[in-house]
Amino acid sequence: MKLITAVIKPHRLDEVKEALQAFGVHGLTVTEASGYGRQRGHTEVYRGAEYTVDLVPKVRIEVLVEDDDAEQLVEVVVKAARTGKIGDGKVWSVPVDTAVRVRTGERGPDAL
Amino acid sequence: MNGADTAFVLISAALVMLMTPGLAFFYGGMVRVKSTLNMLMMSFISLGIVSILWVLYGYSLTFGDDIGGGILGDLDHVGMAGITPETLTGGDEGIPVLAFAAFQLMFAIITPALISGALADRVKFTAWALFIALWVTIVYFPVAHWVWGPDGFIGLNGDIKAIDFAGGTAVHINAGIAALAAVLVVGKRIGFKKDPMRPHNLPFVLLGAALLWFGWFGFNAGSELAADGVAATMLLNTQVATGAAVVGWLIYEKVRHGSVTMLGAASGAIAGLVAITPSGASVNAVGALAVGIIAGVGCAWAVGLKYKLGYDDSLDVVGVHLVGGIIGTLAIGFFAIDEIGLFYGGGLEQLGRQAAGAGVVLVYTFAVTWLLAKGIDRLVGFRVGEDEELAGVDRSQHAESAYDFSGVGSAAVAAAPVPGPAGGQVPGTDRETAAAAADKRVDA
Repeated sequence: MKLITAVIKPHRLDEVKEALQAFGVHGLTVTEASGYGRQRGHTEVYRGAEYTVDLVPKVRIEVLVEDDDAEQLVEVVVKAARTGKIGDGKVWSVPVDTAVRVRTGERGPDAL
Repeated sequence: MNGADTAFVLISAALVMLMTPGLAFFYGGMVRVKSTLNMLMMSFISLGIVSILWVLYGYSLTFGDDIGGGILGDLDHVGMAGITPETLTGGDEGIPVLAFAAFQLMFAIITPALISGALADRVKFTAWALFIALWVTIVYFPVAHWVWGPDGFIGLNGDIKAIDFAGGTAVHINAGIAALAAVLVVGKRIGFKKDPMRPHNLPFVLLGAALLWFGWFGFNAGSELAADGVAATMLLNTQVATGAAVVGWLIYEKVRHGSVTMLGAASGAIAGLVAITPSGASVNAVGALAVGIIAGVGCAWAVGLKYKLGYDDSLDVVGVHLVGGIIGTLAIGFFAIDEIGLFYGGGLEQLGRQAAGAGVVLVYTFAVTWLLAKGIDRLVGFRVGEDEELAGVDRSQHAESAYDFSGVGSAAVAAAPVPGPAGGQVPGTDRETAAAAADKRVDA
């Protein structure tokens, strides 16, 4: 199994979710996140003071998939999340040893 | 006794009382989440402390017979001695002195509360309470006597003859310069100029500004101590100047920073209210418009000074109350009708009187407040420890927090040890634990 993690622009969440559903993903976890990549932050002026905003709001999506689907799923997420503008985010995958469905105790791909 | 005037002053006293909780919300919304309660409490405690001191000796020092030179009242009315329900101000057509004393008490309550905004996020609550008690005793009561007391040397019966209808000098310049002195002793917040420190609850700020605006009609019009044409002038001018200041501040912000902020609108209202406070009974409607616009633009500019000069006046008490108070006080020298102000056929004489009155308070209050703050710092320490400041003064000073955001961790938050100088539980840790628990991995 693989864990696919995507950190994307918040307003692309709906597109990515729909694309994942269309692909046949059964479940996912979404977290609000903040961070920066190569674009870094930006400066803002508020009440006469200028300061830098380092961390930009992002959404983190996590999906567990079987090994065979991983490569294709990454492509699906990248395609749905892309706007072509700076700050579109990152997608990566890592191997996963174990997954257990809490209710039934099923393990491995059966737990997905 | 004049029943109409008495009723008006009693209602005005209640209106001014509401300004202090209003101020608490105005300031409370402007701080970060972790010091919300402390900010509310710094204003609210003034209702307690000053009410006690006022009847014990504050009224007597402020409005008792002058001990000589227009410096201070005597102690004949300690514990409100010698004042019965039948004692009237002026002659048979006056109002009960008790009504006047109650009205003036509300001014004595809000003035030290105004200072608290400058010290947000970082002072010990007990040190602040001590500061209020001593500051009203050695600064507010004497200064109010100089400006409004019988034969006070700044006021119309004294040598300087400055006009301060409702408190530009006695309240706003006084509190504003005291805030500057206190900030210079207490020092900057950790992260000043580096962290954004944006307001955590702008609807609170607007709620507070609205309560202040409403109560300020009592503050300004009530200061006439009579339900008459001057009170009506004051009320209308208060409204006009405040509206103009909101617009002035927002235009300045739009031109300089590109945005029209809620915080700017609320601050502009306060700037206008401050500036019209001394001047509202001396100017006509056009003069009130001018005072409002100048105060809105002037104070919007002045709140940026702290970044250039490097003093951490956290919620802009100096930029709004000191600068707005000076604008309103000097505006009388220009805009007062009936051949008093420069633009209405008067010479420079009244302008000089206004500047002299303001100048005396600036020097006295700055010096005495600085020494007082230094003394409190030596004696009990004015600031909380670094860990407590970072964790938030709500937890360390009050053992409470304004909002409970946590789900899983709420019981843990309630039971968490209060952060002390040695470190300890940091608010947010539990929230993170809760978030991590909720951040369940993928299921099928």
